[in-house]
Amino acid sequence: MFQIVLTLDNMNPNVRRVEYAVRGAIVQRAGQIEKELKEGVKKPFTEVIKANIGDAHAMGQKPISFLRQVLALCSYPELLEDNKFPEDAKHRARRILEACGGHSIGAYSASQGIECVRQDVARYIEKRDGGIPSNPDNIYLSTGASDAIVTMLKLLVCGEGRDRTGVMISIPQYPLYSAALADLGAVQISYYLDEDKCWSLDVAELKRAVDAARQHCNPRVLCIINPGNPTGQVQSRQCIEDVIRFAKEEHLFLMADEVYQDNVYAEGCKFHSFKKVLFEMGPAYSSTVEMASFHSTSKCYMGECGFRGGYMEVINMDPEVKAQLTKLVSVRLCPPVPGQALLDLVVNPPQPDEPSYNTFMKERTAVLAALAEKARLTEQIFNEVPGVTCNPVQGAMYTFPRIALPQKAIDKAKEEGQVPDMFYCMRLLEEEGICLVPGSGFGQREGTFHFRMTILPPTEKLKIVLQKISDFHVRFTQEFS
Amino acid sequence: MSSLQLVNPRVRGIRRSPHSGLQSLAAHITQEITQGAQKPFKEVIDVSSGDPHKAGVKPISFVRQVLAVCLHPQLMKNKTLPLDVRLRAQRLLEVCDGGSVGSYTASSGMPHVKQSIAEFIMRRDAGVPSHAEDIFISAGSQRALMVVVKLLASGEGETQTGVLTPRPCPHTLPPLLDEAGVTLVPYQLMEDRGWAVDLDELHRALKTTRGRCEPRAIYISNPGNPTGHVQDRKSIEEVIRFAAAERLLLLVDEVYQDSVYGQEKEFISYKRVLFEMDKEYSETVQLVSFHSISSACMGECGLRAGYMEQVNMDPEVTQFVDTMLCTDISTPVTGQLALDLMVNPPKPGDPSYDTYTQEILLTLATLSQNAQRVQEFLKDLPGMSCQPAMGGIYLYPCLHLPSEIIEKAKKLEVEADVLYCQMLLEEEGVFLGAGCQYDGTTGNHHLRLSILVPPDTLQEVLDRLGSFHRRLVRDKLPRPDGGVKDRDMGENVRLFSTAGTFPMN
Repeated sequence: MFQIVLTLDNMNPNVRRVEYAVRGAIVQRAGQIEKELKEGVKKPFTEVIKANIGDAHAMGQKPISFLRQVLALCSYPELLEDNKFPEDAKHRARRILEACGGHSIGAYSASQGIECVRQDVARYIEKRDGGIPSNPDNIYLSTGASDAIVTMLKLLVCGEGRDRTGVMISIPQYPLYSAALADLGAVQISYYLDEDKCWSLDVAELKRAVDAARQHCNPRVLCIINPGNPTGQVQSRQCIEDVIRFAKEEHLFLMADEVYQDNVYAEGCKFHSFKKVLFEMGPAYSSTVEMASFHSTSKCYMGECGFRGGYMEVINMDPEVKAQLTKLVSVRLCPPVPGQALLDLVVNPPQPDEPSYNTFMKERTAVLAALAEKARLTEQIFNEVPGVTCNPVQGAMYTFPRIALPQKAIDKAKEEGQVPDMFYCMRLLEEEGICLVPGSGFGQREGTFHFRMTILPPTEKLKIVLQKISDFHVRFTQEFS
Repeated sequence: MSSLQLVNPRVRGIRRSPHSGLQSLAAHITQEITQGAQKPFKEVIDVSSGDPHKAGVKPISFVRQVLAVCLHPQLMKNKTLPLDVRLRAQRLLEVCDGGSVGSYTASSGMPHVKQSIAEFIMRRDAGVPSHAEDIFISAGSQRALMVVVKLLASGEGETQTGVLTPRPCPHTLPPLLDEAGVTLVPYQLMEDRGWAVDLDELHRALKTTRGRCEPRAIYISNPGNPTGHVQDRKSIEEVIRFAAAERLLLLVDEVYQDSVYGQEKEFISYKRVLFEMDKEYSETVQLVSFHSISSACMGECGLRAGYMEQVNMDPEVTQFVDTMLCTDISTPVTGQLALDLMVNPPKPGDPSYDTYTQEILLTLATLSQNAQRVQEFLKDLPGMSCQPAMGGIYLYPCLHLPSEIIEKAKKLEVEADVLYCQMLLEEEGVFLGAGCQYDGTTGNHHLRLSILVPPDTLQEVLDRLGSFHRRLVRDKLPRPDGGVKDRDMGENVRLFSTAGTFPMN
């Protein structure tokens, strides 16, 4: 017999360290349970509710009609003859197809993305940011925001030992960041968000983290997710200014993950784009601070995760570094063209004088209103449960409540070789068929426990889920007291 | 400001593909035309890379109809769409979370599609078993290849992982290997034998790795990209035995398996050959094969979906494949659905079957006829010759260049074939790929020409190419003492051949 070539021992050591909690052990168990249910195994529930991943359509949210009409026209242009499609949809489809090689969405595009889409994205950004100019050359379309985020991290990580690039990321964070940093062998510099102050960001904490980090690495990048994932906090304008000032002082490259920019619910909260604030701080900042901001078609009101559409805008990047970025993205050929087309529609939606406008606005408003209501409901119900503390869900799509776990439960978890909040979530899954992600997957202060739940199930179902989790928590607490 | 010094050295080390320079030039010229510049041609024709739709080949109707209905399910009520289209869309939407193509899927791909792929492989390989859990779907086969190579990659300097790579290879491959952090170890394919793989050459290449890197994999494409060579069973067995003996993971790119047109040639998969060998091979040799919807018949490059099948891989390692794919979250759903349609097309009796079959046959006929036409055309062109291709979508002609071009290229510090392609672009608006693997001993340069283009387009390309090439040869002919204008073309060719090659470092 010939020897096995590729084994656990000789595979890439960096890859061995990569974990991605959103799809980890608990999701695998959820999948198994679903299988068992299909095979007729009796359980205390009839379906598994997957409130672990931010996938709106999977939870029943309907696509926006206009977007799908245009995409169908792009896929099968013969439908342009069909008078059931509105003129504005046809117009956009024709424009997109014109920009595609051979007028087909099946042709490769330029690796930076279809030019007219980048132009439209730039115009959208200008409009959103009160006229601050955006250059299409600084726009890179990507396969979801994840692709662009990983690309930037890849670009910026260098050095050995004490000079190794350090990347600042919040605790809690969306685990794509920690996974990418592990894969790249970069140093993760954690800064804690303040749970007692609604998960807000404190520059003093940033300073503490970066100073400590300078002992053992070279901090060069600061990542911030706004609105936050998993916490949902929407940063105030003042906070954003403080962060920008901090980045300038510490010579950090800012990565602003803004994929939830349309998902803002709480009164008094508003989305401020990092770029807009940067430019409003004057040329001392706007011409020096290096930044990349990220957006995607997976969230907001569209929820089109399956298309993998996204972009990043890079600001003040050294031209030689930018040339390397352009080279790097060309290795992966191009982002999926349907995703690029979809992005074009998102940044170029129906206007008030167009036939699809009313329906479009109605659908969009309904989605965002439902999310806002669910955010409010979630906070209310969880805060009624003793032992569960839930910060307001100001934005994004998740709640990240803190759960008090009895010492006996913590001990039992240890016995079973599980992290306590994983133990909790696994029990919840087995007893109620609800799949959440334990807080340990996102990071949390030592000694605290959380879970992340999406607020995406339809309102009636969400009410049931909230009730079941509440009841479970009380039961669990009693069992281990 | 972050400077070049602070860019990841791995990224800095990614070689620039000469193709991207030519691509920029082509885009630039196109823009000039749009802005009203006067050129001797109306538009740039791009036949440099495998993008059939861009070149004007139409998508498969069934695929696009099903996707349209999946995107906009209201179309289910549209009776002008064939019944099998609507039924298939319905079935596919049933296996999408929330009944929408806008949901994420499992990171390694939709179970339904993976199952379709496994069944396709079994049918293709005369019953050799294939399992959905060994199939991993990704955004294009390139992504799958990157994941596997990254999994393999370790070490630095002398201990850096090496991957044996054919020469010529797809122009996208070297930058991919650079990004993954592995050493490219070239093995020369044998041009005079139709670009066949040579065992002695494999051994020679392996020897060169001693003290330079740790070879751990061998990459090969079959049908060959860009050579068009189709391996027979004996050749495949040879490569498998070599990989087994030398402990190399087999990475086999079979994306053009659907385009074998050579007479008496047939595609046979590496997996099938492996399973029909002795148990000591079939149960242990580690093999990963790749396929995608960027294939000849589908041409759906822009939808970005492909898959790999892992054979005899350690499950503890395979779980990391899944972890790595997790960071992509999932492959674009429209691409995954197109994969399903590719491996599970209309059957005899289905309403769409006839149209579907016609479209596939047309593609294959186009390839075959175009290949023949180009071969005949090249025979008449001084300094050009081409090995017959049997499959794939390219021809890879060999080019002897006039000495003046070679000298000019040296001065400009570009490869002579790149200069040729640049001049062809500027003077005639035809974009061919440059081989960029100059062979000092033979004086050969190469060009890469995609033949999956509508016949009219090909004719236009050949007319312009012919015109350019003859002008080039005529104009650049070194003149001894005059009277050159009536010099016979044939004599010129002999002159270049006997003049031999020019020493190029």
